[in-house]
Amino acid sequence: MSELSDLYQEVILDHNKNPRNFRDIADADKTADGKNPLCGDALRVYVSLENDKVKDVAFKGSGCAISKASASMMTQVIKGKSKQEIEVLFDEFHKMVTGELDIESDENNLGKLKIFAGVLEFPARVKCASLSWHTLHAALNDEQEISTE
Amino acid sequence: MKAVKEMSSFDVEKIRKDFPVLSQTVNGKPLRYLDNAASSQVPNLVIERGAEYLKKEHSNVHRGVHYLSQKATTEYEAAREKVRKFINAKEAKECIFVRGCTEGVNLVANAYGRKFINEGDEIILSQMEHHSNIVPWQMIAEERGAKIRVIPMNEAGELIIDEYENMLNERTKMVAVAHISNSLGTINPLKSMIETAHKFGVPVCVDGAQAVPHIRVDVQDLDADFYVFSGHKMFAPTGSGVCYGKREWLEKMDSYQGGGSMIYTVTFEKTTYAPIPEKFEAGTPAIAPSIGLGAAIDYLNSIDLDAAFAHEHELLEYATEKLSKIEGVKLIGTAKEKASVISFTLENVHPHDIGTILDQEGIAIRAGHHCAQPVMQFYDVPATARASLAFYNTKEDVDVLCDSIQKVIDVFA
Ligand SMILES: Cc1ncc(COP(=O)(O)O)c(C=O)c1O
Repeated sequence: MSELSDLYQEVILDHNKNPRNFRDIADADKTADGKNPLCGDALRVYVSLENDKVKDVAFKGSGCAISKASASMMTQVIKGKSKQEIEVLFDEFHKMVTGELDIESDENNLGKLKIFAGVLEFPARVKCASLSWHTLHAALNDEQEISTE
Repeated sequence: MKAVKEMSSFDVEKIRKDFPVLSQTVNGKPLRYLDNAASSQVPNLVIERGAEYLKKEHSNVHRGVHYLSQKATTEYEAAREKVRKFINAKEAKECIFVRGCTEGVNLVANAYGRKFINEGDEIILSQMEHHSNIVPWQMIAEERGAKIRVIPMNEAGELIIDEYENMLNERTKMVAVAHISNSLGTINPLKSMIETAHKFGVPVCVDGAQAVPHIRVDVQDLDADFYVFSGHKMFAPTGSGVCYGKREWLEKMDSYQGGGSMIYTVTFEKTTYAPIPEKFEAGTPAIAPSIGLGAAIDYLNSIDLDAAFAHEHELLEYATEKLSKIEGVKLIGTAKEKASVISFTLENVHPHDIGTILDQEGIAIRAGHHCAQPVMQFYDVPATARASLAFYNTKEDVDVLCDSIQKVIDVFA
């Protein structure tokens, strides 16, 4: 069961129970809806920008522990970052959960997001971890909706 | 229930040996296969029959004078006769081979719909239908300018029959309803529902995907006009299925797919069609899977099926009782008449997380909307976890399931 505890680490369980920035932003500059039709996960990401940097970010919706924790930690990490910095993280996160980036040996900026490397062992859950990131990416690129299927 | 006595005469360990898949380990644990509503496992008899066909009998059907083609044709038609007998159709020709339940519903919706459904007409579905018994009807309703009406259900997941009876009128052209719900396990009171529809001269198309592997089905006794099901949920390979239709309807309907086999004569000016069932079997059919379906029926006939179903029902009651005692578990679908399916949610834990953790224990369940989103909307849940039984499951499977659900609760405590 060691892999299982890799997936459901304390930090992830905590973010699932008490998701950070779990609210809406009434006058958000960008929003997008992300859906995973297979499991019914659905979330909305809100972003406020200032000088091309994320001033505030929040999310709402329903999903499994992995998707909720991932969204929660994402909002913490990207606050204050520029679009460009976020693109780099999005790319690295995506590569980490699909196995293209080795968090031990490849240089990266993922920091505490490395905790999601555990989903690699659970192919059915990769989309749960990446849903919020795809949704954020869509919001920043002015797409209203994405679906991970 | 009477099941208790029969149960003792049913040797589940012996039956399990017929299903090679079941003896493996998954994630280091013995496999507990509880996803039978999605797809059931295949017994040796079916596996060997498939291999024999491919080794010795494979050819195209209905088209050759040579030995193999005739052999394949004979075996394919023999499978049709097995189906007839199994569901007690009047004639084998009323049993059309399709690739699965979905294709069967599409066949009926298109072929019946284009002929008999017109602007302003109504099609009655139920709240608990699988998407494959909703979407084809929506498509034909849109094409023909017809309206969909939905039989509501109560909190237990039982159809509200009074409302159904009030819904029927002279505009009603079809009632399409599941025999057993795949997301709730409810067994619908089909026989009386069909009787009521017939009083209005309305035919009924039954989605029997979840019924055929779990209860005895007699299409003549039900007086069903159409009855469709998949092979892969009844111990046969994927790609097999049956669309039963009463001859009188099938003959009035036009083909819905064109191609080889379904014709009588073809000129560029006009084509005349073959009689049933070929009229609805355009192109080379799924020969090997259909013969496999025939073998699955042979298998079911070779065991004490009533005892097997009684064993399964006892397991359902055992599991229902045991699960409902776990704090935080909420059963979704508590109809009085139920079969094989236990849908549930766990407080503060998403079904997907339940599914992943159970998988680590070797338990296969389904987590999701079960292709029945209107059911999820009714209960206002995004998804459920679903354990679904077959007669080869054991009390131990249920015990391990319950223990593991406790582990899930502990992880998320
Ligand atoms: C009640 C019901 N109807 C229809 C279907 C569709 O069957 P298939 O996907 O084999 O065509 C299923 C299975 O998924 C089902 O459970």
